[in-house]
Amino acid sequence: MADTDELKELARKCRVHIVNMVYRAQAGHPGGSLSEIDLLVGLYKTTLRVRPDDPDWDDRDRFILSKGHASPGMYAILAEMGFISEKDLESYRVLGGVCQGHVDMKWCPGVDFSAGSLGMGLSFGMGSAIAGRLAGSERQIYVMLGDGEIQEGSVWEAAMAATHHELGNLNVILDRNRIQNDDFCETQMRMFDIPAKWKAFGWNVKEIDGHNMDEVVEGMNFLSSTNDGPSILIAHTVKGHGVSFMADNPAFHGAAPNDEQYAQAMAELGEVKA
Amino acid sequence: MSKMGATRDGYGEALLELASNPKVVVLEADLGKSTKSLHFRKAHPERTVSCGIGEQNMLLVGAGLAASGYIPFASTFAIFTERAFEQMRNGVARPNLAVHVCGSHGGTHTGTDGSSAQSIEDLAIYRTLPNVIVMHPSDVVSTKQLTMQLAATGSPSYTRTARNKTPVLYEGREDEIKIGKGIVLKEGSDVAIIACGVMVSQSLMAAEALAADGINATVVDMHTLKPLDGELVDRLVSSCGAIVTAEDHNVIGGLGGAVAEHLTANTFAPLERVGVQDRFGESGQADEMLEVMQISAPYIAAAAKKAMARKG
Repeated sequence: MADTDELKELARKCRVHIVNMVYRAQAGHPGGSLSEIDLLVGLYKTTLRVRPDDPDWDDRDRFILSKGHASPGMYAILAEMGFISEKDLESYRVLGGVCQGHVDMKWCPGVDFSAGSLGMGLSFGMGSAIAGRLAGSERQIYVMLGDGEIQEGSVWEAAMAATHHELGNLNVILDRNRIQNDDFCETQMRMFDIPAKWKAFGWNVKEIDGHNMDEVVEGMNFLSSTNDGPSILIAHTVKGHGVSFMADNPAFHGAAPNDEQYAQAMAELGEVKA
Repeated sequence: MSKMGATRDGYGEALLELASNPKVVVLEADLGKSTKSLHFRKAHPERTVSCGIGEQNMLLVGAGLAASGYIPFASTFAIFTERAFEQMRNGVARPNLAVHVCGSHGGTHTGTDGSSAQSIEDLAIYRTLPNVIVMHPSDVVSTKQLTMQLAATGSPSYTRTARNKTPVLYEGREDEIKIGKGIVLKEGSDVAIIACGVMVSQSLMAAEALAADGINATVVDMHTLKPLDGELVDRLVSSCGAIVTAEDHNVIGGLGGAVAEHLTANTFAPLERVGVQDRFGESGQADEMLEVMQISAPYIAAAAKKAMARKG
C-alpha cells in the first residue's frame, strides 16, 4: 500500500502534465482530466496489476477509460508509470503522436480500448470480463465512466447484462464531476438518484469523495475485493479540480488555458517556472 | 427441382464445426433461433453469451472478447446490426478487432415481416468501413465454408445471410470457395452477370433465358463484396465487354456500387445495376418481393440485353 502523501504528490505532478499538454496543444479536455486524476493515481498505484515493460501481458488487469476525451489524465499516469515517456506527452494531439486526441489502443502502450465515442467502454469491459472468466483468470476489469456519459442508453444495456452474467470481475469508477460538454449535468439531463439506479440494476455500490486520497484508496480496495457481482465506485469530484479558475467551470470541459491562465495554473500547482 | 437450403443454416453449421476451437465464442441478441446460432448454444452454453435485446452492447462485448484473444461470432437480423453501426465503426473496425457479425434475414427476400425488417442498405454501410470484410453468400454450402474461413482472418467482418431457402450450388465443390474470390458458375462471352446472395440463382435462370435468345452470359457469384475480386472484374470486362450486377439491396453502395467504383478506376465497360431502386419494401412472399422490386430473372435478362446494346 502506497503512502497517501506520495499519491497526493504524484497526483499533483500529473495535474502539471495535464495542464502542460492542453496548453501546448491549445486544445483538449482539462476539466475531466483534473477530476479523474486522483482516482487514476489511486487505481494504478495501489490496485491495477499491470507491467509497464510488458504492456500486452495477457493476464494483466484491464483499465478502460470510457470517457476517452479525458486522455491527458490517462497519459499523465501512463508516463508516471513508465508505459510512455514524459517526452511522449508532448505528442498530445500532434500528427503521428502516441498521445492521440482520444485514447487509442493502436497508438499508445497501456491503453486497452480505443475510446472517444461515449457509452462504449462498459460493453467492451464486459467482453473483457467474460474473456477473463473463460480463461480462468483472476484478472479484474476497471472501466471509468463520466457522469454525463451515462446518459448514453447503451451504458444501461451493459449495466443490465453485467449483472445477468454475474460478472464479479467487472468494476466501474464513475467520475461524478457534475459537468458535461455544454453545461452542468443538471441542466442538460437530470439524472436523479444515480446510486439507486445502479443498485436497481443489481450492482454493488459505494460512494466516495474522489479527491480524498484515503477514500480513493479505500474505494479501489472495495472494487478489487468485491467479487460477488459487478461493482461501481461513485466518486464525487470537482471538474477542473486543482486549478481555481477551471474548478467547477463548464467552460474548461474542453478548452485550453491562455498564457496568463497557464502561468496562474502552474503557480497554483506549485510549478513556478524560473 | 434442385436441392434447396437456407444460408442461415450454413452459418449455424459453421459455428458448430468451429466449436472445436476453444477460442470461438458466440454472442446472441435474442434471435439465436432465427440466425441459427442456437445449435452452438445447445452444444456449448458456456461459450455462448446472451446479450438480450441489446445489439449495441453485443458488438462491443465482442470487441472486448476479441481484444483478449477470443474469436467472437455475433448474430442478429441484418437490420438490427445497423443500430450498432457506430459501435461497429468506432469499437470494432477502427481498432481492427476481429468480431464477426452475421446479419440474417437480409434483403427484401425476407418477405412478409415487411419493410421494417428488410435491410437493403447493410452491405453498403459496412463496405464503407476500413478493415471490414463484407460477404453475402448465395447458398448454404458456401455460407458454411466462408463462415469457417472467417475465424482465421483476424479481421472484423459482416456477413449477410437469408431466411428463405435458395438452390444449393456448391455441394461437393467446397474447395472452390475462398473469401475474396468470385466464382464463375457459367462461362459466356456476350455479357457478364455478377451477383450475390439470393440473386445468384436468379442470375443463372436469367442466363438460361438469354441462351434461348442466342446470348451467352457469364454468371459470377461475387460472395465477397469487400475486398472485391477486381482481377476477376477486369477479366470479365475483356472477355464479355458488358456487365450486369444483381443484388437484393439498394442499387446505391452495394455490389453494383462496388463494381461501378472498380470500373471507374480501372477499365471501362457498360454496366447495368439490377437492385432495389432506392425505395423501401413492403410485406410479401419472397418470390413476390423479387417481382415487386423488379430484380427477378427476367429483369436481369433485360438488363443484360441493355448492357450489350451499350457496347461501343
